[in-house]
Amino acid sequence: MRLIKTIGEWLDARLQIGATITETAEHRIPRETASWFYVFGSAAFVVFMLQIVTGILLAFIYVPSAGEAWNSLQTLNHQVSLGWFIRALHGWGSDFMVAIVLIHMVQVFLFGAYKYPRELTWIVGVFLLLVTLGMAFTGQVLRFDQDAYWGLGIGASIASRVPLMGPSIVNLMLGGPIIAGATLSRFFALHVFIIPGLLIAFVSVHLLMVIKLGINEWPMPGRLVRKATYIKEYHELVKKDGIRFFPDGMGKDLLFDGFILLSIAACAIYYGPFGPSGPPNPTIIQTVPKPDFFFLWLYAVLSFLPPSMETPALLIGPVVVILGLLLLPFVFGEGEKSWRRRPVAVLTISLVAVALGTFTHLAEHTPWSPVMDAWSGIPIPSEFLHNRTALERQGALVFQVKQCHNCHSLDNQGGKRGPALDAVAVRQTQDQLIRQVIQGGGNMPAYGKNLSPAETTALVAFLKTLHAAGQSPARNASQTIVQSSDAAAPGSGHP
Amino acid sequence: MTLPTDLGRRDLFMKIGIFLNSIVGVILAVPIVRYLLSPVAHERKGSYDSWVSLGNLGQFPSGQTRLATYRNPTVSPTDGDTAEIACWVRNVDGQNFQVFAINCAHLGCPVRWFPQSSLFMCPCHGGVYYQDGARASGPPERGLFEYHYKVENGNLLIQSGEMPTPGQASNIVREIRPCA
Repeated sequence: MRLIKTIGEWLDARLQIGATITETAEHRIPRETASWFYVFGSAAFVVFMLQIVTGILLAFIYVPSAGEAWNSLQTLNHQVSLGWFIRALHGWGSDFMVAIVLIHMVQVFLFGAYKYPRELTWIVGVFLLLVTLGMAFTGQVLRFDQDAYWGLGIGASIASRVPLMGPSIVNLMLGGPIIAGATLSRFFALHVFIIPGLLIAFVSVHLLMVIKLGINEWPMPGRLVRKATYIKEYHELVKKDGIRFFPDGMGKDLLFDGFILLSIAACAIYYGPFGPSGPPNPTIIQTVPKPDFFFLWLYAVLSFLPPSMETPALLIGPVVVILGLLLLPFVFGEGEKSWRRRPVAVLTISLVAVALGTFTHLAEHTPWSPVMDAWSGIPIPSEFLHNRTALERQGALVFQVKQCHNCHSLDNQGGKRGPALDAVAVRQTQDQLIRQVIQGGGNMPAYGKNLSPAETTALVAFLKTLHAAGQSPARNASQTIVQSSDAAAPGSGHP
Repeated sequence: MTLPTDLGRRDLFMKIGIFLNSIVGVILAVPIVRYLLSPVAHERKGSYDSWVSLGNLGQFPSGQTRLATYRNPTVSPTDGDTAEIACWVRNVDGQNFQVFAINCAHLGCPVRWFPQSSLFMCPCHGGVYYQDGARASGPPERGLFEYHYKVENGNLLIQSGEMPTPGQASNIVREIRPCA
């Protein structure tokens, strides 16, 4: 013990930082902030540390070359002892980091912590969110597989829509005319040097301000923030009812950090590493690219936006959102902090959460994508073929062979791009079915050139059988009258 | 009276030092910026667009649409398989061809050809195109990107080198065709 003390004194006599460390660690915080609601910031920091450590470990093996990266991931997964576990920790760590950063942001927003004098802390926090998402996207690219390759293609397609500068931005982003070796090298530089550098700088400033300005006090309904009086009130609060951060106030942080690290390790062991999916060979086109979890919502939005809205929404939307977040503390820098008296804030968070959750859920099922192998891989359920005529069964064959099943489901199987056809005969008459098949429309391709008259007849005969047992097929009432009058007075009908 | 003179000299050194470092900064910044902008440098942009062979015409039977692959004209040693690019070749009638980029005109995913229904379908957001590349349904705003082609010595050549994206298509036929 005495030796340690001697060494410590020897070091501090030269470094002279002992007092600063003690002062920082023991800075006083309002008693109520030693709360389970205040643990997310430190948890995000701890997960970031985990990402640095696991990232450096991965760099021991990973080869940032378009020709070798995928193979080096296979080596990590299968040949290096516990290489799969380090990959899994890094992958799950990234998902946890984005999630915790988002939760932290919601908590800070609902507790009014962005108000005076912590505006800059919030703004740096917004940049921290952006660089965290940047790490998630560039990390997904470094897992240089099919999803990464086509994900880059999607990124390039979005970037290319910027007016005038678009094509140059694409070349700069890809490091050349196509997604290739130079692309991976620059994303490696971004993921390993540039963005982590920014992240470390922003985290340092963010933490410095938390310590200098003090942590946001527990908001009390009715206790309003006023620029003239706030700092004095805060100091009085901390003086009257404050505790030291270390050792009195950081117990819950430590417990939660441990719990989070354990959860990441548990997910890593149970679910394993992410991919890699197929090798990044663009001539392998039997692929269904999908983004990682935190970009699924964007994937869904891109399929639902009307074509004319897409480019403006993609280019203007992010600017509006980021500007809104940056301006928030200037527009609402004073006043009520408690979420109990800020219904609009609570509604905004609820709306964003429901929207992001719904889009993410939809993107997990991709109802807008054709099921590319439904025509050959998913047979028509037998109840749709039972007691059918030869013509109707021939129509069922046309339904499969012409890939109708890729977009239309029967008995909930097959594509969901178009409407389910289980009861289509109730909705459309024979003539309407023929017209829809031949001319398309309503987001369906026209099949007129690709179906012979015989195939169309058979297909529509099959479609006419698609109705529930108790329901009768749709029919054109006037047509029946015309046809019966034709029969009654032959020769007097149509010319 | 030595003090003011000394201060004046130090002040002068400081000013010259700042000036010198500004000059050095600019001298270093020019090549750094040039280096960073090399993917869009004028002399390199020219090579993004050249004629590449897709092979013998015999591979592309009349009336059919087949997948063809080629090695991108600009490559670097570290590209690996990523320099292998696929495209769809449609032999319209034995004389005329259409060569479509593999990339969907929406967000660049690889479209697949279904000969039975004569449609190209995209697995990402469900864009669908007719056999002549015209948009059939889904989110794309236009038809498939189409390469210029020529036939030389029994080989099919296309003008390519850059990944087609919605905002850029210098070497790509831009016309949006009428409905099939």
